[in-house]
Amino acid sequence: MIRVTRKVEFSAAHYYHNPAFSADENKRVFGKCSNLHGHGHNYVLEVTVAGEPDPATGMVLDLKELKDILQREIIDRMDHRHLNHEVPELAGKIPTCENIAAVIWNLLEPNIRQGRLDRVRLYESPDLFADCTAESNGDRSRPGARA
Amino acid sequence: MTPALKLSLTRRYRFSASHRLHSGKFSAEENLRLYGKCNSPYGHGHNYVVEVTIVGAVDPATGMIANLGELDPFVEREVIEAFDQKYLNEQVPEFCAQVPTTENVCREIYRRLKAFPAARLERVRIEETSNNSFEYAG
Repeated sequence: MIRVTRKVEFSAAHYYHNPAFSADENKRVFGKCSNLHGHGHNYVLEVTVAGEPDPATGMVLDLKELKDILQREIIDRMDHRHLNHEVPELAGKIPTCENIAAVIWNLLEPNIRQGRLDRVRLYESPDLFADCTAESNGDRSRPGARA
Repeated sequence: MTPALKLSLTRRYRFSASHRLHSGKFSAEENLRLYGKCNSPYGHGHNYVVEVTIVGAVDPATGMIANLGELDPFVEREVIEAFDQKYLNEQVPEFCAQVPTTENVCREIYRRLKAFPAARLERVRIEETSNNSFEYAG
């Protein structure tokens, strides 16, 4: 199996706010990120597709097609947008790295027809990123450890 | 049906420290042959980068696997304060008895961070230099 990774960048604004929390609680839990004017990041998205290369083309998938999918599904939706207000898929969710990565997975997965989506890695900054993968049976790294 | 998704969060931290690769089990010649320049008697140093990966369910109330407001001070206390600007061989007790190779440093940092209460530690990855990295997942 071969893994192919394509990287794209987008810039967007967000803030963290849970309407079920009091103002003090929002401040305590989310710190500086709770500023309701929002702040922004240069997000870096790495999308990995896994599969066997087609013997006729030598390719797992057509990278041009992946580039077009990323442009249409992610960049057009999120680049230079406010994630709290302008991305319906994130409505009602705190736009953390974890939640954005999961939304990106769900937007991309049905569109990958050659190979299969293996991993979405979203960097909020060079020192912080979330990985989203499909849970596999018997995976020792299953989530749910949080009590 | 959409398969369940697994999410992890990785944070990168930095510390600078010196070390010397030398084992009391070997002769001076053997140490020099085995560890080469890393056996230099006064030690040498690196700018270490530590990648800490946690996994767990995303709390719908916060959107987070764990709050960085908890992870950052935990790593700071357990690792950075203990390792940064130190001579690992003599100032981190665990390396008085074992050689502070980055393999061993990786395992020791994993051991210290395993106790993080808010999420499960999945992996520790250390870049000793931009060309060498080491991973430990328990």
